[in-house]
Amino acid sequence: MSNMQNEWPLWEVFVRSKAGLDHKHCGSLHAADSAMAVQMARDVYTRRQEGTSIWVVRSEQIVASDPAEKGSLFEPADDKVYRHPTFYELPEELNHM
Amino acid sequence: MDSKLNYVLQLADTCLIHSQRLSEWAGHAPVLEEDLALSNIALDLLGQARALLTHAGQIEGAGRDEDRLAFLREERDYRNIVLVELPNAAASPSDGGGGRDFALTMLRNAAVSIWLELLYERLQASGDAELAGIAAKSLKEVRYHRQHSCDWVVRLGDGTGESQARMQAALGVLWPYFNELFAAGGVDGVGPAWSELEPEWRARWAALMQEATLTPPRDSAMQSRGIDGIHSEHMGHMLGTMQFLQRTYPGGVW
Repeated sequence: MSNMQNEWPLWEVFVRSKAGLDHKHCGSLHAADSAMAVQMARDVYTRRQEGTSIWVVRSEQIVASDPAEKGSLFEPADDKVYRHPTFYELPEELNHM
Repeated sequence: MDSKLNYVLQLADTCLIHSQRLSEWAGHAPVLEEDLALSNIALDLLGQARALLTHAGQIEGAGRDEDRLAFLREERDYRNIVLVELPNAAASPSDGGGGRDFALTMLRNAAVSIWLELLYERLQASGDAELAGIAAKSLKEVRYHRQHSCDWVVRLGDGTGESQARMQAALGVLWPYFNELFAAGGVDGVGPAWSELEPEWRARWAALMQEATLTPPRDSAMQSRGIDGIHSEHMGHMLGTMQFLQRTYPGGVW
């Protein structure tokens, strides 16, 4: 569609589906600036009543963990069962722990 | 024709034909995101046209529903302003049309959405409860259309030399047709004469032009009369496309 040299910057879009819930990442889009990004997010991601609030952030501003470090970052937690509060007796009424 | 029916049709047909032109962008917008935005706007306008045409059919009382009014009238029976039937590009390519000028499209969207916003604001107080309800619902939609299109007018007008030249050229093409936005008479207890919208529309348009660094052309004396059924050469071609299916397969439904 457009020349890669002139590509608009990429934005990550987060949508809150209803009051009280958190904003969830739902995708990304290209836009010239933040105002246009919010408008386009509205048109691309909330046209079927998905949202009540939108956040956008420049993709390049997101700092991500290195996939190559997955082992050292996350695997050590695998055998630490004692970090889960599974050894408590919970009352019946607590359904969502 | 009954004056109230005429008044509702002038608005209904303007929404319908505006929507039809905008829908020609589907799949062709400069970027995917804008493609969705234009389709959303076209669908909003189609929704408004459906509600208004259904209401017009009830006022008429001859058993015509929205589909018969939308697809089975003759050109002279349509009451939309000429501005919305003009092609999406001033100079159609030799392949018989279908040209698309984003500058012209955005400028027209801005002019029409500011106008619809002013009209719907007033129609909320209509003595016709159905019309008042449609106006209240549609107002939220056209406010977004106005924001979307005016943002683009400013971006492109106050943009690069190329984008400004294109916006200025589009303004020259559309300018004479803006007069018709204020041409329809009012109906007591139903809605205001469109001329009542003119001072505020012109003030808001002037502010937009200033922000977009565009120069309004000299006032034009031209007066198009689509609201009386006198259309441009483009209307028949558009209706040919629009009505083809219903004319070929009468009564066809999804």
